[in-house]
Amino acid sequence: MSTALQGDTLPSAIDVRAVRRVYDAKPEPVVALAGVDLQVAPGEFFGLLGPNGAGKTTLIKILTTLLLPTGGDARIFGFDVVEESGRIRRIMNMVAGGEQSGYGILTVREQLWMFSQFYGLRAREGWSRVDELVDAVGLAEQRLQRVSTLSTGQRQKMNMARGLLNDPWILFLDEPTLGLDVAAARSIRELVLDWKAAVAGRTVLLTTHYMAEADELCDRIAIVDRGRILAIGTPDELKRRVQRESIFRLELDHLDGGLAVLGRLPGVESAAFAADADPEAQRVAVNLALTDDAALGGVVTALGGTGSHILALRKSEPTLEDVFVELVGRGFGDEAEGPDRGSTDRGGHGGDEDGGGGPSGATGGELAGLGGHDTVAEDRDAVGSAP
Amino acid sequence: MSAGDSIRPANPVFASTRGGTDPRVASAWTPREVVASNVRALIGRAYPRVRGMAREPSWLFFEILLPFLTTSAFVLVYRALGAPDAYVGFVVLGGAMAAFWLNVVWMMAGQLYWEKSQGNLELYFAAPMNLMSVLLGMAVGGLIMSSTRAAAVLVISTIVFGVTFQVEQWGLVIVVFALTLSALYGLGMMLASLFLLWGREAFHMTNLVIEPVYFVSGLNFPVGRLGALGALAIATIPFAVGLDAMRQLVFAGQPYITGTPSPEVEALILAAMTVVFSLLSRWLIRRIERMARSRGSLSIRWQ
Repeated sequence: MSTALQGDTLPSAIDVRAVRRVYDAKPEPVVALAGVDLQVAPGEFFGLLGPNGAGKTTLIKILTTLLLPTGGDARIFGFDVVEESGRIRRIMNMVAGGEQSGYGILTVREQLWMFSQFYGLRAREGWSRVDELVDAVGLAEQRLQRVSTLSTGQRQKMNMARGLLNDPWILFLDEPTLGLDVAAARSIRELVLDWKAAVAGRTVLLTTHYMAEADELCDRIAIVDRGRILAIGTPDELKRRVQRESIFRLELDHLDGGLAVLGRLPGVESAAFAADADPEAQRVAVNLALTDDAALGGVVTALGGTGSHILALRKSEPTLEDVFVELVGRGFGDEAEGPDRGSTDRGGHGGDEDGGGGPSGATGGELAGLGGHDTVAEDRDAVGSAP
Repeated sequence: MSAGDSIRPANPVFASTRGGTDPRVASAWTPREVVASNVRALIGRAYPRVRGMAREPSWLFFEILLPFLTTSAFVLVYRALGAPDAYVGFVVLGGAMAAFWLNVVWMMAGQLYWEKSQGNLELYFAAPMNLMSVLLGMAVGGLIMSSTRAAAVLVISTIVFGVTFQVEQWGLVIVVFALTLSALYGLGMMLASLFLLWGREAFHMTNLVIEPVYFVSGLNFPVGRLGALGALAIATIPFAVGLDAMRQLVFAGQPYITGTPSPEVEALILAAMTVVFSLLSRWLIRRIERMARSRGSLSIRWQ
């Protein structure tokens, strides 16, 4: 965790204790947050991962002082979100995916300058800061272009520049790559990382349901569902919770004796042909479940003895979606009925962007314990390219 | 450690830290900084209105030619009826001042609701400024826009229809004009808050009030002719009292303006309206912020 130099003396960047939020709704009130506890250290890149309706947006609105909690206590760098919203607003900023803020008639440069005035920058300071940031986010060519003519990716870069105008100490990113193509999403992620790395102590809270994005960016992640935090940890810690065996994918030039040969090797718990193997290819793809990683050496040696050559070897890691499925018993694609209604209204991101409906059962009948991981690996690739 | 911390060279553009290296220090603004920040926010919000005016020349057609045609229609009717020449002056002045009223109704009253739909309002709430700065910025920007239109209609109509003005108290004209605008835009700020509360229905309300207000304010005739109704308008509608005061001052000595208070009294009424509307809008905007935060329904675009 990249804690600030002064992190020893600074209070938590985010300190949330027993926060509840209930919306008045008919026929009955909707519990969006059902007692959330969360501490984020200064300098941390923290992710809230969960499906639509999980309560992510509600929590971020409370932390950005836009919404009052129904109960509990929430603080940003020690400032109470209820009583000291003014001080929090001076040191934070927020950017949401699909944001259409501002005025289309203005140019990029003018729009950013307008916002710089809202954040209290002096007029000249605002112009120079805008010019620096326009260059930094890669919008130099569009600086005099009207906002209404920007592409989605360019617009989001501009939104990011807006979010950085006041050099916030804490940046709230609510689905910042929503609806962006691969290149645009990547540039946004790199931009955030560059910005955060420039000054120790800068903190980012990211909400997303792109698991690969959370995995790539976050120091720690909280998995949220139905208004509760189900687990908190580093991505590796979370994945280890569901990894009970070592799974490897082997590609061999041939396999004499079939799977039975592999199944008899020491340390091999089970073996199966990979479901996605290309029948036309001159190779055999096999998924192996081992008791632990150390058993791999024996398998490789034994395969050499049979005359098979290993063409490719890859360890199959569990994904954050596996963690989610383990924790809540359903995939990200299975939408929760929940109060985070806004998420579904913000840009038409359907199940295809959610990662493909979860891993359950795709190859489960083929080989218990392997199919899920193998399928998830494919889903993860799909998620990686979606944003 | 974040993925980027160890492998990326620091971009100097991102290395700046306003207000020092401690967030607790950076968030501690002096009262002077707070005031300066709100003045900047006001200028910032006025900016798109002024820029927009220069950027979209179509406003010359919609904002000058069409109002001029409307004014011309009444002038022609009065001339056809053989009305006194003073009435042409009344119509021309009404046509010019209508620019401010229309601006208040269309670009002030409904503006916060529109800002909410665009997603701007939540950014305004989350910014370190008072929302009154935004309202004042909208008012100042709108005032600049409308002044141009009003001046253009006034000058063109005056030349085309040969209107002659009789001004005896220039100082009072300026004071009354300024008070009229401050009362009008004070009303606009209050309506902006109210319309945000009312939501979509507010637009119907806008349509509903425009013509009746024109009528009871005496847009094209001296409001004193309406008797008790005119008196009520003088007491409640800044457009009515401002227009009547301006007519008394720029067409001094005309016998057709009767039944209304003196310009001095009307100036006091306008001053009182300014104070009342400004205080009401301030109270409303605070109330709205409280409601927005507790309900989550006023500032946030999709709720």
